[in-house]
Amino acid sequence: MSFRSALCAASMLALTSGTAAFADAHSATITIATVNNGDMIRMQGYTDQFTAETGIAVEWVTLEENVLRQRVTTDITTNGGQFDIMTIGMYETPIWGANGWLVPLDDLSEEYNVGDILPAMAGGLSYDGTLYAAPFYGESSMVMYRTDLMEAAGLEMPDDPTWEFIAEAVAAMTDRDADINGICLRGKAGWGEGGAFITAMSNSFGARWFDEDWNAQFDTEEWANTLNFFKDMMDASGPAGYATNGFNENLSLFNQGKCGMWIDATVAASFVTNPEDSEVADSVGFALAPDNGLGKRSNWLWAWALAVPAGTQQVAEAKTFIEWATSTDYIELVAANEGWANVPPGARTSLYENPNYQAVPFAQMTLDSILSADPNDSTVLPTPYVGVQFAAIPEFAGIASQVSQEFSAAYAGQQTIEEALEKAQAITTEEMEAAGY
Amino acid sequence: MARSVTTQRKAIYTIVAWGIGLLIFFPILWTILTSFKTEAVAIADPPVFLFFDWTLENYAVVQERSNYMRFLWNSVLLAGLSTLFGIIIAVPAAWSMAFVPSRRTKDILLWMLSTKMLPAVGVLYPIYLIFIKLGLLDSRAGLIIVLMLINLPIIVWMLYTYFREIPGEILEAARMDGASLRSEIIYVLTPMAIPGIASTLLLNFILAWNEAFWTLNLTAVNAAPLTAFIASYSSPEGLFFAKLSAASTMAIAPILILGWFSQKQLVRGLTFGAVK
Repeated sequence: MSFRSALCAASMLALTSGTAAFADAHSATITIATVNNGDMIRMQGYTDQFTAETGIAVEWVTLEENVLRQRVTTDITTNGGQFDIMTIGMYETPIWGANGWLVPLDDLSEEYNVGDILPAMAGGLSYDGTLYAAPFYGESSMVMYRTDLMEAAGLEMPDDPTWEFIAEAVAAMTDRDADINGICLRGKAGWGEGGAFITAMSNSFGARWFDEDWNAQFDTEEWANTLNFFKDMMDASGPAGYATNGFNENLSLFNQGKCGMWIDATVAASFVTNPEDSEVADSVGFALAPDNGLGKRSNWLWAWALAVPAGTQQVAEAKTFIEWATSTDYIELVAANEGWANVPPGARTSLYENPNYQAVPFAQMTLDSILSADPNDSTVLPTPYVGVQFAAIPEFAGIASQVSQEFSAAYAGQQTIEEALEKAQAITTEEMEAAGY
Repeated sequence: MARSVTTQRKAIYTIVAWGIGLLIFFPILWTILTSFKTEAVAIADPPVFLFFDWTLENYAVVQERSNYMRFLWNSVLLAGLSTLFGIIIAVPAAWSMAFVPSRRTKDILLWMLSTKMLPAVGVLYPIYLIFIKLGLLDSRAGLIIVLMLINLPIIVWMLYTYFREIPGEILEAARMDGASLRSEIIYVLTPMAIPGIASTLLLNFILAWNEAFWTLNLTAVNAAPLTAFIASYSSPEGLFFAKLSAASTMAIAPILILGWFSQKQLVRGLTFGAVK
């Protein structure tokens, strides 16, 4: 075979193999972009069942959260039409819904029972009263603590602790010689990492991102109190290098028995109580995220939800899948095969009325946490934005990423809290003015 | 005496070289070791190096969850064809710059290289829109073109450097013997530059294999290569380090094997003309 023939053959192979793959993608195949986490991976395992029931084949594109966010944002803003269903969160849904980028989910079947979706979730995934994404699972944040260490410290955790109590308890539980840190919290830069935690925490200290006229509020006493309290407590009772710790790092520390307390996503409850992964599975208690007596707790609200981009040609098939994946039938399917502790939590009211699920140790506290977070009224002082640990405006992600970097630098001792807040104020003011607010 | 000093120096250099080599290789070794651990052992503190219960469970899970062969086949096609097409375009380009330079040749070379200095994300939207218009999203053909174009400056530069080492008189002699331009490049220049071309091929194959920005952003299902395969195992919420390591090991294994078998050719090509 001559070089030219070989080249032609190789080119044809590349192009025809692409065509063959395309030919497989007949009209009854939908492509879903999703995030890599336990519940989503579990759902992929049951896809064959969906295909058998409906005749609709499913192709999965699973990506890490930040990559997914960039990927689906690029596609939806350009009307690329690469995906029939996108897994998005509470931050994107109202913004994309308002822009007309999502297909409204206002015609789901009666059997689906939209009214069963937890009101907090439905509210956060709607724009102007219309649901644009169906929650696959929802989460808030709560206190997870070591019952044995708490008992040894002679303290009893209330169901609704204050920050003052938390600081006292973690100081009592800290035992550096035994490599036990009183508390592990997110300090890692990133709006979805440390940024989410400190924003939710600031709500309980009376702080807010913007006033009613969209002016940045980092020059207020409330923000200074939040950051100083966080840093003082973490310096005294947190793990070394906490400024770079996110969810996974803290989960690892907690599971190895190196944290007395951890305040983070409610989905972590199933990880820390799983004896296969956690050395402290049998001694974990739960409580609501702390407050400061100002009427707002420091827990967030989030949902991973399934939405149909306006660019898809397969709206009906996509909605069929969404109805299947977020239905009570799917929850029962998972429960029957893998137990009630493994069903996707936080999306449906009926789940929390189910006696089988009520027996799961963290179920009630998860529900209470979700119910105590209101995206439409998350701060002590009034704000013009919706969202608990974020402000649902397109500019927020970029601004919050920069601000959280400044905060992390302060946690690491590279600058003072005052300097970090001054920079945060300058960054936010500049970006918001540039955006025309 | 002088000989013993040389031997001693040699030994020191060898030890230092092995030390640096091991240091560079350590992250890959650690990834491979982690892929045989359970998730609990993978995050153990202090870390467990060799003495743990080795398991193939992660590979079984990855194999069950993902269509590895489809990702692998895409990687082979994308890296192979983009490199091949790149070489076909770059050989004549490098020939003209090396043997028929103009006043602007240096400027053109620098301009070509400067395109590599632009952050890829800066042109993501224009490229994405062009791909939508041309129907190239999630197609192997589209990605082959992109990968070829982003690596072309490096290919041209490398070949230009190798060609400069070849005496122009040999090509002149071929021309005097009546060789056409095509014959001159294919039958005279190319055989003499085989080590250089081979190392260029290998290096660009590796670059295309590892490219993770465009391959993640322009693909979904049909054209997704191993970079997308790895990305599907990374998670900020959940400890899946052992599975991620298994996926990474499966993704780098082919290129490690290729590098191992072609290392002599690679070194020969990279040092081609270094010592006259």
